[in-house]
Amino acid sequence: MANNKMLIGFFVASESIFFLMLILAYVNFHGTITDGPTAANSLDPLRTGIFSLFLLASSFSVWLAGRSMASKNHFMLKIWLVVTILLGALFIYGQASEWLGLIDQNITISRNVFGTTFFTLTGFHGFHVCVGLLMLTILLGLAMFGDFKGPKSDGVECVSIYWHFVDGVWIVVYSVIYLWAFL
Amino acid sequence: MSKIPLVPENTKPLPALGENQGMLSWVASVDHKQIGIMYLISTMVFFVIGGLEALVIRMQLAKPEFDFVSPEVYNQMFTMHGTTMIFFVVMPFLIGLGVYLVPLMIGARDMAFPRLNALSFWLVVFGGILLYYSFLTQSGPSEVGWFAYAPLSEKPFSLNKGPTYWALGLLATGISSVASGLNNIVTILTMRTKGMTMRRLPLFVWMILVTSFLLIFVIPIIASAFAMMLLDRLLDATFFTPAHGGSAILWQHFFWGFGHPEVYILVLPAFGIISEVIPVFSRKPIYGYEFVAGSTVAIGLLSMGVWAHHMFAVGLGNVANLYFSLASMLIAIPTGIKVLNWVATMWGGKIWFATPMLFATAFIIEFVLGGLTGVAIASVPIDWVATDTYFIVAHFHYVLFGGSLFAIFAGVYYWFPKFTGRMMSERLGKWHFWLTVIGFNMTFFIQHFLGLMGMPRRTYTYHDFPYWGSMNLLSTIGAFVLAISVLIFIWNIRRSLKHGEKAPDNPWNAWTLEWATSSPPAVHNFDLVPPVRGRRPLWDLEHPDNPDEPNAKIVL
Repeated sequence: MANNKMLIGFFVASESIFFLMLILAYVNFHGTITDGPTAANSLDPLRTGIFSLFLLASSFSVWLAGRSMASKNHFMLKIWLVVTILLGALFIYGQASEWLGLIDQNITISRNVFGTTFFTLTGFHGFHVCVGLLMLTILLGLAMFGDFKGPKSDGVECVSIYWHFVDGVWIVVYSVIYLWAFL
Repeated sequence: MSKIPLVPENTKPLPALGENQGMLSWVASVDHKQIGIMYLISTMVFFVIGGLEALVIRMQLAKPEFDFVSPEVYNQMFTMHGTTMIFFVVMPFLIGLGVYLVPLMIGARDMAFPRLNALSFWLVVFGGILLYYSFLTQSGPSEVGWFAYAPLSEKPFSLNKGPTYWALGLLATGISSVASGLNNIVTILTMRTKGMTMRRLPLFVWMILVTSFLLIFVIPIIASAFAMMLLDRLLDATFFTPAHGGSAILWQHFFWGFGHPEVYILVLPAFGIISEVIPVFSRKPIYGYEFVAGSTVAIGLLSMGVWAHHMFAVGLGNVANLYFSLASMLIAIPTGIKVLNWVATMWGGKIWFATPMLFATAFIIEFVLGGLTGVAIASVPIDWVATDTYFIVAHFHYVLFGGSLFAIFAGVYYWFPKFTGRMMSERLGKWHFWLTVIGFNMTFFIQHFLGLMGMPRRTYTYHDFPYWGSMNLLSTIGAFVLAISVLIFIWNIRRSLKHGEKAPDNPWNAWTLEWATSSPPAVHNFDLVPPVRGRRPLWDLEHPDNPDEPNAKIVL
């Protein structure tokens, strides 16, 4: 009866303001850093770009999962959910190893304002990806126990909307942090 | 009557407990009426706490060079007073009133997401506990004001845990506000009964809708600022610390980017209460319904583009100051439209000055006063003189107390019979009203002059300049008159709950759907939702020969 998709739509709109503020904080300090690490001298856009492709691909696979459910293909729904979770996890692996590499060079959240804004923005995004992975895992678990026989499920569709949102935010974040520094 | 549609029952009944299970039936409740009542009770508790803090402030200022409390305690008191009144009294009261009334007014069984609704309520309570827990820490609660300007709120200027608890507590209530905003929007957009079009929506529901949009788009601004502040304080990040490359002005932009729309979050639902009370007690439909609803949308949009009028003293440059000054003055237009509509509704009406109407009428007068000083300080040169003085304190108490709180009192007297099945005492209500008006104006009117004479706000004490002592003493006496009026209000509630006259279903002869239920409403709200074919469904029901919209089709 309640309109779950409308709820998630407005929720995502609200969340995008949250990310907008984090991005504005990053933009505000871009170019003010006179010494110490910056995006240009400490990040690797190519490596992160490749891991970003995994996240972009996962948006495609979660869409395919929804398609499979709509055509009542329960087996393929589970397959595409597994693929989505793996791709998302790969992205998180990429982010974690990037963070560890930076911290090894003593680039931390308290080093300077680049560290502060970079770790906060990518950290909140990574947290959102992790929450999405958790929800996808729950969906997969429920699917294993026989839920989501199709053709419709608000649960699958809402998680999918959220996942697309997390993906879309990353495109902006990647552009602002990585592309802006190198173009 | 045979054409009245049945309320569709939920396919899956919500978990509910019987009356005989005592407190558990409240704690475990997902019923919007019980949650609404719990909101109102918890805001009453916070209201008393915030009021006591105000009394400490006024006691300290009662005479020059006084040391009733230490400077640290004084700073804690004005910080906690502002934070409590805004985030734990006015906001949750208005949201709670909405939670109770919106489903009834649109003819629904409950909110769209009853469990989310319960989560919203309990997050406010836990946020409040988190905030007040800071009293138990070694160095006490936050001392940096409700605006928590950087770098004062940052290390090394605030090494105590107060601001951390403050930000965490407000983050919890922020999540709660977004959740209730989302819940309200979906409820209002999807769960209206048949015939309840957007153009027939009660104005209170319109105001809650616009407020909810403000909540979901504005609270994330401060939520991210709180997150940054917490990172600064806990992980040594450098967002707002200029010594390490951060920017203190950024905090001001973020804070007021939220803070100014927030004042409309605090006052729009209050406008909604007034727009319900005034027509009923003037025995006329609201004048200019479309304008009241439309001007609310205009206020909501404009409110997001005026934040830097809180920052004229920062030195943002003439272009920025000019824009923010003009944009702020623009808001006076839609607000003025509302005031004109309320007055035009009363004009020629058969006015019945019961307590709700007394508060609603006083609201118009006090709120206009606060609005006029608001337009004045939107002008940059005047603001440069008045900024950080008691003039500002007087201004925002006229809009928040004379505005929001007067409307809240009107709302309590108006809907109390519906909530409880008992009438509140009119005799005590009139005592409450007159003492509130006298106490409020005595406390705050004089502060305009104190401010123009140069008394700074947030000051611990002051020298014995001519008249300052006596003017402050007058203000303090006014605060104690207010305290007495609140005691009478609480006594009225307590007494009326036990011994109040039994309330009929529709004691004020009102027209919106909530009055079609029993008093208090049954758990399932309506047995039958009356047909809606106009803005005043109960009027149409009583006067089938003279409906508001004679040509309206009855939709079944």
